[in-house]
Amino acid sequence: MIGLGHYLVVGGILFVLGVLGIFLNRKNVIVILMAIELILLSVNINLVAFSAFQGDMVGQVFAMFVLTVAAAEAAIGLAILVIYFRNRGTIAVDDIHQMRG
Amino acid sequence: MIQVFVFYLFAALVVASGVMTIGSRNPVHSVLWLILAFFNAAGLFLLIGAEFLAFLLVIVYVGAVAVLFLFVVMMLDVDFAALRAGIARYWPLGFGLAGVLLVEIVLAVLAWNAGGIETPAREAVQAADGPSNIEALGQLLYTRYLFIFEAAGIVLLVAMIGAIVLTRRRRSDVRPQNVSEQVRRRPKDAVRLTQPTVGQGVDL
Repeated sequence: MIGLGHYLVVGGILFVLGVLGIFLNRKNVIVILMAIELILLSVNINLVAFSAFQGDMVGQVFAMFVLTVAAAEAAIGLAILVIYFRNRGTIAVDDIHQMRG
Repeated sequence: MIQVFVFYLFAALVVASGVMTIGSRNPVHSVLWLILAFFNAAGLFLLIGAEFLAFLLVIVYVGAVAVLFLFVVMMLDVDFAALRAGIARYWPLGFGLAGVLLVEIVLAVLAWNAGGIETPAREAVQAADGPSNIEALGQLLYTRYLFIFEAAGIVLLVAMIGAIVLTRRRRSDVRPQNVSEQVRRRPKDAVRLTQPTVGQGVDL
């Protein structure tokens, strides 16, 4: 029978995949944003799994808020990416520190 | 039995599409794999009984966020091959860190299974024959978590305004309509009534 541990393992694997994606695609901001989405998805899987197996609805409410913040983060991140590309003509993260000030 | 089969199907697909998301050469393919991952995660949520979140994942993530990613990826004309140049330098560090992290998470799950961890008291117990998932979620969301719910709305509003302010640009090569100037214009600014004498004309 499928238990809590199975879901936690799936969430853990997805989280590690997200972190690995950030490391492997260090120059490509779009893929980094997608990896962050993967990480947030794994967090949601964890929250929902605990919520379901403990019979406590609060976890699902919290997962909804995580979803909200993830959507806002993606919108702002992509907006910053668009103006960065418009100004510099590339999205390489190497010289992104020039955005300061 | 079918539940076990469906769980392993969805779990394998979500992990595989996660791997393809971070491993694809073409970011458009990455976004499409990400969409597949969201669909399968929604399947996992359905399996576990969180129906509303499954719908939310499909509607909000696949319908809005992933399509936004797709728009941006296709709009930006980026040489993606050049961006992958440094990948050989980073993979030992990345895989090492990922391995350490995976071991830590598996150890944490094992510790959880071994028991002995005190969990706090349940806040909102969901009875087996109680209201449906969406009803229970709504009852909790609009009573106890009302203020947090409204704060989430404000977060979305700020994100929307921020995205618009960030990406709006004032172009110098076009002459846009200035609505407030047009509305402010009065007849005395634009019209002059004269009675010229014959043969003399009007000074403009």
